Amino acid sequence: MAVCIAVIAKENYPLYIRSVPTQNELKFHYTVHTSLDVVEEKISAVGKALGDQRELYLGLLYPTEDFKVYGYVTNSKVKFVIVVDSSNTSLRDNEIRSMFRKLHNSFTDVMCNPFHNPGDTIQSKAFDGIVSGMMVQTG
Amino acid sequence: MADEAPFQFLHNEVIQYIYKTAESGETENGRNITRLENMGFRVGQGLIERLTKDTARFKDELDIMKFICKDFWTCVFKKQIDNLRTNHQGIYVLQDNKFRLLSQLSAGNQYMEHAPKYLAFSCGLVRGGLSNLGVKSIVTAEVSVMPACKFQVMIQKM
Repeated sequence: MAVCIAVIAKENYPLYIRSVPTQNELKFHYTVHTSLDVVEEKISAVGKALGDQRELYLGLLYPTEDFKVYGYVTNSKVKFVIVVDSSNTSLRDNEIRSMFRKLHNSFTDVMCNPFHNPGDTIQSKAFDGIVSGMMVQTG
Repeated sequence: MADEAPFQFLHNEVIQYIYKTAESGETENGRNITRLENMGFRVGQGLIERLTKDTARFKDELDIMKFICKDFWTCVFKKQIDNLRTNHQGIYVLQDNKFRLLSQLSAGNQYMEHAPKYLAFSCGLVRGGLSNLGVKSIVTAEVSVMPACKFQVMIQKM
């Protein structure tokens, strides 16, 4: 399960970021911020013949000592980043994929909410609930 | 198909409503088209988010325009665009020979002057969709013979 989940707007400012409360929040912000460069690199490779990747799921962005960072970019260039603990080896690629899918579905619902202003931070209970379900349960 | 009629009725009512409130002096007249366009813009943004959820990433601008002509148009207007032309320099012309929102209007020239208000929402729809995919544009529409309609999309280069 994830230790941090973030949604980043197409202009690269955070729309939503949540991490497990027991750990250093700033570190996660930093990790997510760093991952944006990798995301950028992966998207700009689209269209070139080599390594043509047209799937929305970007896969593992980079591993650090403690974490693995996964990325996903929607067609509207909104980025989802999920950080999981490296010690959690039981998590498969497919599960990460389905987490992103759930996140994307819920995000679409938020976007289609007429009371939501596109570009504003996400304040939706339904979205919160989905994210909570994917986070590591502590205590 | 049952979902066609409600959209048309709602669209007609929205236009009626906006023009009625303008008449009673709440807004000045020239802003009506803009209001309709802005409504379309917001709807387009949401709609494209939903429609592109399961599609692969777009290769380029043309790929995006094709998506608008096929999937997006079919979703909203139940048919595809009949003709897409481009000068490959950021101008696209989308021609619909039987535009659904105009198809209920008399085919003669009688209601020609009312055509712009029936097209403003759709222009906004396209502009909103494109903008959410990261393409800034200006969309205008013109009618020469009644149910046929041409949308011109001018891409704004960053």
